[in-house]
Amino acid sequence: MKVTVKLFASLRKDRFAVDDFDYQEGATVGHILASLNISEEEAAIIFINARHGEPDSPLKEGDLLAIFPPVGGG
Amino acid sequence: MESLKECLLARAENGLIHLSIQTWAVQNFGLTFPAVEEAILELNLLPARYQRNQRSLSCRQQLSLFRGKVAVIGCGGLGCYIIEELARLGVGHITVIDPDNYEEHNLNRQLFSKVDNLGQPKAAVAAVRIKEVNPAVTIVPVQDAFTSRNGSVLIEKVDVVADALDSIPRRLELAEVCEKCDIPLVHGSVGGWYGQVTTQFPGEYTLQKIYSRHSGERGIEKDLGNLSFVVAMLASIEVAEIVKILLGEGSTLRGKMLSLNLLDTEFTEITF
Repeated sequence: MKVTVKLFASLRKDRFAVDDFDYQEGATVGHILASLNISEEEAAIIFINARHGEPDSPLKEGDLLAIFPPVGGG
Repeated sequence: MESLKECLLARAENGLIHLSIQTWAVQNFGLTFPAVEEAILELNLLPARYQRNQRSLSCRQQLSLFRGKVAVIGCGGLGCYIIEELARLGVGHITVIDPDNYEEHNLNRQLFSKVDNLGQPKAAVAAVRIKEVNPAVTIVPVQDAFTSRNGSVLIEKVDVVADALDSIPRRLELAEVCEKCDIPLVHGSVGGWYGQVTTQFPGEYTLQKIYSRHSGERGIEKDLGNLSFVVAMLASIEVAEIVKILLGEGSTLRGKMLSLNLLDTEFTEITF
């Protein structure tokens, strides 16, 4: 299944801003994070089609997955 | 003898009271600067320092800002700019809370830090600075860390709280205290070229959602540090949110988070 992955802020470094990937049916956000070498700690905010998701959220054909890192400085 | 109001009305020029008249009234009537400021605004006159606000903020709105009470939690990169902008706007009561003293690594972005005040407490330095900029502002410096133990007392009388902290667990603690005290919280945070801002009202728990899975003290700033233009920009957006809350006008980032990427010049809004 095709999933579009959009990375924000520093998660783009040495990766990409937005790209399409083919994943096996039933893949979760966690599987995609692992394939991109992003730890769950680094994926502070996960949105699937503009709705809040979690690492165990399943994905389906055509989903847009957006991942933001934790930002905490002042 | 003329009353204060008669004096102000007689000396207004095109609806403006110049600083020299305001200062004279303070001395002549034995009043505080904030008391004279309030009297001016109640007469629908404007201290001349605000004349460039006038096309965007009415006298009535300027009076609302003067009566507004804001607590700024943290006087670092974000906090200094937030305090400076609130004071120049004419927000009348600002509580500044920070336990730290200035260090050399603050000089890259913290507006009130100078070579001459390294080692001095940030909250006290902010109070001196703001008195120099706008004596009509009542500034309350608190040299202490904001915690759930002392937090309720420190913010109980304010209208809005500004998050300018540098620690994720402290932010969550602040969000809890604001929830308990029924006070809106404007959150901003930065790291490298990036930042985020949101406004949360009691019962919304946006901050808790943003950091729901994060267990560490710090985020990307641990590796990326903090840049001057990023803190200035995020602080300015926080101030815009604060002003809208104080005035009850405009559209805030309530229930949303604005993510800023100044490296790629991308602003992204997400809805929780």
